Amino acid sequence: MRRRVMVALLVGSALGGAACLAAETPVEIRISAKKFEYHPNKVTAKLGQPVVFVLTSEDRIHGFKMPDFGLRTDIVPGQETRVTLTPDKAGSFTFFCDVFCGDGHEDMEGTLVVEA
Amino acid sequence: MQQADRRDFLKLAGMAGVTFTAGLFPGRQAAAQAADFHFVQFSDTHWGYSGPANPDAEHTLEKAVATVNGLPKPPDFIVFTGDLTHTTDDGKERRARMKRFREIVGALSVKDVRFMPGEHDASLDKGEAFKEFFGATHYTFDHKGVHFIALDNVSDPAAKLGDEQLAWLAADLKQRKTDDRIVVFTHRPLFDLKPDWDWTTADGAKAIELLMPYTNVVVFYGHIHQENHHMTGHIAHHAAKSLIFPLPAPGSQPKRTPLPYDAAMPGLGTRDVNVADKVSFVELPVTKA
Repeated sequence: MRRRVMVALLVGSALGGAACLAAETPVEIRISAKKFEYHPNKVTAKLGQPVVFVLTSEDRIHGFKMPDFGLRTDIVPGQETRVTLTPDKAGSFTFFCDVFCGDGHEDMEGTLVVEA
Repeated sequence: MQQADRRDFLKLAGMAGVTFTAGLFPGRQAAAQAADFHFVQFSDTHWGYSGPANPDAEHTLEKAVATVNGLPKPPDFIVFTGDLTHTTDDGKERRARMKRFREIVGALSVKDVRFMPGEHDASLDKGEAFKEFFGATHYTFDHKGVHFIALDNVSDPAAKLGDEQLAWLAADLKQRKTDDRIVVFTHRPLFDLKPDWDWTTADGAKAIELLMPYTNVVVFYGHIHQENHHMTGHIAHHAAKSLIFPLPAPGSQPKRTPLPYDAAMPGLGTRDVNVADKVSFVELPVTKA
């Protein structure tokens, strides 16, 4: 009987650790940028679950700005730019290029949907 | 400006438009000897644009030039607050557009004309072509006791003034008295008007902080293709209409796409600014009725 309790405690502990690890490991969201679009331009995340945006550019420097979460970074060709976020509110939020890149720059945007 | 003065100004402008007078040069005490003058602001002419948002794009600027030339009292000077041309990746075409733009505005009867870049003119080559045609991208000048400061928040494609320009601004302001009359020109708003539409300047708050000790400051800018009036403390910021297509009011629709074309062009025009102990202005239509 004592042995069964011990096993159950060990399994429970292991499961709890895995759950904790899952909660802390960011989900990768890969987004590629080029004039004048992001691909994909609609991505999803879950409320309270950390994500890391892995950003690349196919042509020139672009920006990635999401004012609702205070995020911004340059996306430089030839390298991966990583930005982490733990969404603390649900809804649809716009991200856009804030480094002027030509005729069509104003239309270069995408949406992050945070599900509750 | 007193009511009678305002009526006189409207009469001089030859317009029955709406004037804006509140909150400008609020700290200025009346000074009988202050010279009264006016200037005209053009903005966002986007020469070279072609599209459904303005089927008249090839002629709109010429019409506005004719309207300003027809003012009963010529302005002392004219300022263009950026986006003189519509952007292109082709440097040769960019220069061709600037050359043609300069030819068109060369028909202005007033020859004291000040130019500033917008991101469409300067962000792809850090202002190189603009400087070839129009000179410095930021500068100051004085006119009849008023200090004018033209700031460049577009040559950096990330919409920054930059530390160097901010230091230059700080050094210039140190030479001013706190109650001097100061007019600032920019292309983008210095404040966060609508950050998710990119209607902001990344480090604009630093410029406002530098200006804040001065009691008589007013800012005129463009970029957002519509009138907008906003206060940061005692500093008034006034956005001008464009001469190519109007954009929606901040946040009034999901995207900042141009408003549908209206042949009467109610959303386009220039601005006639009268400067005395206070500032007032009248929105001028593209074509005088």
